[in-house]
Amino acid sequence: MSNNHDRPILSVRELKTYFFPDEGTVKAVDGVSFDVYAGKTLGIVGESGCGKSVTSRSILRILEEPGRIVAGEILLRRHKGDKPGIEVDLTQLKPNSPEMRAIRGDEIALIFQEPMTSLSAHYTIGNQIMEAIRLHRNVSKKEARHRAIELLRQVGIPQPERRLNEYSFQLSGGLRQRVVIALALSCDPTVLIADEPTTALDVTTQAQILDLLRRLQEERQMAIILITHNMGVIAEMADEVVVMYLGRDVEKGPVDDIFHAPKHPYTRALLCSIPSLLAPPRVQLPTIKGAIPHPYNRPRGCPFHPRCAEVITGLCDVRQPQPVTVSRQRVCCFLYNEGLIAVEQT
Amino acid sequence: MAAQQTKSEILLEVKGLKKYFPIRKGLLRKLIGYVRAVDGVDFYIKQGETLSLVGESGCGKTTTSRCILRALSPTAGQILFRTGDGTVVDVAQLPKSRLRPLRREMQMIFQDPFSSLNPRMTLFDIVGEPLLVNGVRNYQERVDRVSELLRMVGLRPEYMRRYPHAFSGGQRQRIGIARALALNPRLVVADEPVSALDVSVQAQILNLMLDLQARLGLTFLFVAHDLSVVKHISDRVAVMYVGQIVEVAVTETLFNTPKHPYTEALMSAVPKPDPRLRSKRIPLEGDVADPANPPPGCYFHPRCKYAIDICRQVTPQLREVAPEHYVSCHRAKDLDLAGVLSR
Repeated sequence: MSNNHDRPILSVRELKTYFFPDEGTVKAVDGVSFDVYAGKTLGIVGESGCGKSVTSRSILRILEEPGRIVAGEILLRRHKGDKPGIEVDLTQLKPNSPEMRAIRGDEIALIFQEPMTSLSAHYTIGNQIMEAIRLHRNVSKKEARHRAIELLRQVGIPQPERRLNEYSFQLSGGLRQRVVIALALSCDPTVLIADEPTTALDVTTQAQILDLLRRLQEERQMAIILITHNMGVIAEMADEVVVMYLGRDVEKGPVDDIFHAPKHPYTRALLCSIPSLLAPPRVQLPTIKGAIPHPYNRPRGCPFHPRCAEVITGLCDVRQPQPVTVSRQRVCCFLYNEGLIAVEQT
Repeated sequence: MAAQQTKSEILLEVKGLKKYFPIRKGLLRKLIGYVRAVDGVDFYIKQGETLSLVGESGCGKTTTSRCILRALSPTAGQILFRTGDGTVVDVAQLPKSRLRPLRREMQMIFQDPFSSLNPRMTLFDIVGEPLLVNGVRNYQERVDRVSELLRMVGLRPEYMRRYPHAFSGGQRQRIGIARALALNPRLVVADEPVSALDVSVQAQILNLMLDLQARLGLTFLFVAHDLSVVKHISDRVAVMYVGQIVEVAVTETLFNTPKHPYTEALMSAVPKPDPRLRSKRIPLEGDVADPANPPPGCYFHPRCKYAIDICRQVTPQLREVAPEHYVSCHRAKDLDLAGVLSR
């Protein structure tokens, strides 16, 4: 593991991001750790409110008020700038500091969920891509234009010279998402965060965009953090998977193990409850009882215990489980933790 | 097309349904063309079954469902609905004044439970409103019926005095279902009822719909774009492309032995929740044809890898290739297409 290539590009350690509105504290992300490697895709899955988007916003330091990173580290191995190879802790940088602004968009780029709203309707597409390039690179307008055309061609937009002068509302959803990807790639980032990149798209367009992301990753050896609630997309794209529930990474491991030997009761229940194309029609699906709790109403102990089928009363509702290694996964669940507790108690 | 079905089984039959939206331009709003949102659609729904309409956005599935409910007036075609007393009426031709009694028999479940419920009305008002409008004036009667409905969809009747904001997305969708069922409709049109919900909640709502159908003998027209959901809930599935139906079949038949290249491509595009099945997908190049200016011949031919000369010139008709399996493709008989399990 000492080899330089085996070291993660981005390493998130025990990240905690809380929101402090007037009504109380919302623990949106409450202790999440993962590593991201060059050329690999890390999938983050979870339902709404599990903190997956807040995690990505914390990495980019674009949290909105009253959100704050209260603990943890986000270590980025820099590839560009004046000190390549140096590890910086992004949590120690000011969100609007020159260094953070140099990293954001240049080394870590983000693809937003909504291609409708993430592009400005007041500027042409070319204008927006060229702005991003000229912000990070000292190039002339003409060069930036050439590069923008090249980018649009790479993401598979026909007639890029003409499209460059069009506005976002003149494009279809699929083309618009391609433009957003081109924009994210404009400075050759080492880490690409894709937050629900295909949720707003049709399946056929989704397949095109996923293929595109995979091809671009192969060409550029980018690390991708893919955030989605769609288990199918995760199965299709990810190498490693983090399953999140109410701000905690309840299970993480290689994609094959997550799907074929899930350990955490939440992962197991989630996988059972999705309607699958491979299942016979018109059968009752196993469901997870109840609903995701309101963020102010976070359960004590393990956040999943009120909905868990295998809850151990007196333990899961009192104490928070710590991650343990079970075969190739890291799991936060007392089912795999009993030995540990016995040791602690003696 | 439903010749061999006994007439009593069929609740709704749509024949040659068309809905064109005019495109106007300029100061004088001159008519320069039509968007053919629905362009000659034929299908039928049997009593007690679920028929799903699937397709990409803009294929006309929502417009079709709205025409059936007469939220839109169709440009041409027949919508034959068998009412509770056994008479068959053509919904497409009815004057607005005579639609009222029909509305009781056809109800709708909406997509977004966050915007489809009035935030200023309590559950009692929301679910009880259709009762009041349709003549249930007695207050206690309404309270009883609303509590019965709430219990039926898995909500506690004590919640009746609360407002929608106090409920989660899944619970709100249950409220929407309770309202739709208030008048014992015979046909329920559900337009993307689960696409705004989280996966764990999605399963609960789908189960509820299956359960209610079994208990109340409901007939569903289910409009959705998510093929896994559609496979889960439907008896039969109709695939739409640019305002036309390209294939209708019994769910299992459609998914295992599709006969239209578009159905095949659509199914291969769905990501399967199993990393070992990372599949060789059939890439569907290009975009959906423009419904204002569709290509000649088969609308799908510019994206179809099996297209031959005839496809570019002659528009195929929907015909029956096997019992209850209708396809509109010139090559339906000689193509061997991959189903969802064969990869």
